[in-house]
Amino acid sequence: MSLLELRAVEVAYGDLPALRGVSVAIEAGETLSVVGANGAGKTTMLRAISGLMRPRAGQILLDGERLDTLPSHAIVGRGVVQVPEGRKIFPSLTVLENLELGSYVAAAKARRRDGLEQVFTLFPRLKERERQAAGTMSGGEQQMLAIGRALMARPRLLMLDEPSLGLAPIIVTEIFRIIGEINRSGTTVLLVEQNTRQALALSRRGYVLENGRVVLEGTGAELLGNEHVKRAYLGM
Amino acid sequence: MTGGLLLQAVVSGLLLGGVYGLVASGLSLIFGVLRIINFAHGAVMMLAMYTTYWLFALAGVDPYLSVILTAPLFFALGVVIQKVVIEPNRSAAEHNQLLLTLGLALFFENLALVLWQGDFRTVRVAYSNASFMIGEALVEVPRLVASGGAVLMAVGLFAFLRLTDVGKALRALAEEPEGAALVGINVARIRAAAFGLGSACVAVAGALITPFFYVAPDVAESFNIMAFVVVVLGGMGNFMGALAGGFIVGLAESLGAAFLPGSLKQLVVFMIFVLVLLFRPQGLFGGSRDR
Repeated sequence: MSLLELRAVEVAYGDLPALRGVSVAIEAGETLSVVGANGAGKTTMLRAISGLMRPRAGQILLDGERLDTLPSHAIVGRGVVQVPEGRKIFPSLTVLENLELGSYVAAAKARRRDGLEQVFTLFPRLKERERQAAGTMSGGEQQMLAIGRALMARPRLLMLDEPSLGLAPIIVTEIFRIIGEINRSGTTVLLVEQNTRQALALSRRGYVLENGRVVLEGTGAELLGNEHVKRAYLGM
Repeated sequence: MTGGLLLQAVVSGLLLGGVYGLVASGLSLIFGVLRIINFAHGAVMMLAMYTTYWLFALAGVDPYLSVILTAPLFFALGVVIQKVVIEPNRSAAEHNQLLLTLGLALFFENLALVLWQGDFRTVRVAYSNASFMIGEALVEVPRLVASGGAVLMAVGLFAFLRLTDVGKALRALAEEPEGAALVGINVARIRAAAFGLGSACVAVAGALITPFFYVAPDVAESFNIMAFVVVVLGGMGNFMGALAGGFIVGLAESLGAAFLPGSLKQLVVFMIFVLVLLFRPQGLFGGSRDR
């Protein structure tokens, strides 16, 4: 059984469909990418998984159990955690407070100390800035905080929405390296990116989303070699 | 203009300021977390004053002691208001939510009028007239207790917001609602907690002033207006700014009363209000969105 499965999920903003019957399966332990242009429905897909939007049709299953009927906080409680686009950290709260709130749910709270140690090992920069208001940090540091905050919830599935957006190339490489490390330590990763090349290079498998539909799927290498992907997303 | 008059005005202002600060802290908390302006805030205060009055009149409970009852009681009332009245209308337009709280205010005030008539009632306790002098200024003990108690409660609220997970969740929700949902905060529950805490604050303020303030159905309207001024002054949704703002408004009002003709005593307060809106609309200490 897949860790997470979307079955023919349809989501709309009012009358405007954003996902038109998307089926995706994520296996435990893998890194999976969903790539596509702006407006293809990638963010909507993550919002639906996190319970921020309700599917109009279809199902979302975690270990075969319905997720799409649960409120957002219960979804986090089951270990499905998102690093949202735009990070959505709490700017006037300190870095430490942001991380503490990452372990707000009961199961994660019990292991807050371990979590902090783990996050500070992964991002030593956050340890240095522990007492600083989160909003005063650079974009790269804020992205690290957003990832750290999500890790504090002890995710089984970590979903990242455009973690490379607006960051300098050197920081992007660093972030992607850390995502690889997180996956190797046993967390399943669902990566949503416009940065197609780096995302697919990191992933075991990938899906290509266009106009709310899955148009291609395959291994990372297959998709990187696919003519359509090359033309439309890699500028080759 | 004598030094004594000035000193008296400053003392009176400070004694009033703490109460304004606590009323406004509650209003600011509700605004910061729920993004609605709670017009029923003063009506909740009035209900708390009646509760204090009746506890005293029927059971002889000391007004200060009654805080132990009114605080949790009005926390519960706030939670119920949020869950039953406000939460189901969260997706409604903002002005509709505004009308909702205004409607609640009218309902509570008229309910009080029906139940207890419009008579002014007072709580007379042994210490109602206790006072002492600082230099040439008279300090009335009940006013000192009210202001001191209000500041204590406000400081307690700030500590709660700083130190506890629920407090941090309240601040997080005020800043970034979606981020809050995504870390696993039960946002509906925290919204209810915000309304509950805000109502408990204003209820405590109401209880603390009954030893020297009359009780009537429309008693809290002036406090409500002052609290709006204080919240704007301190920065919308800035919980900490509200307490400081309370003292500024308290001082402005009592200085206005001392040095201007009686009918103009609130002129200073509203002049400051208009000036802040004109030149520093984010408030003297910054709102929750730009900190």
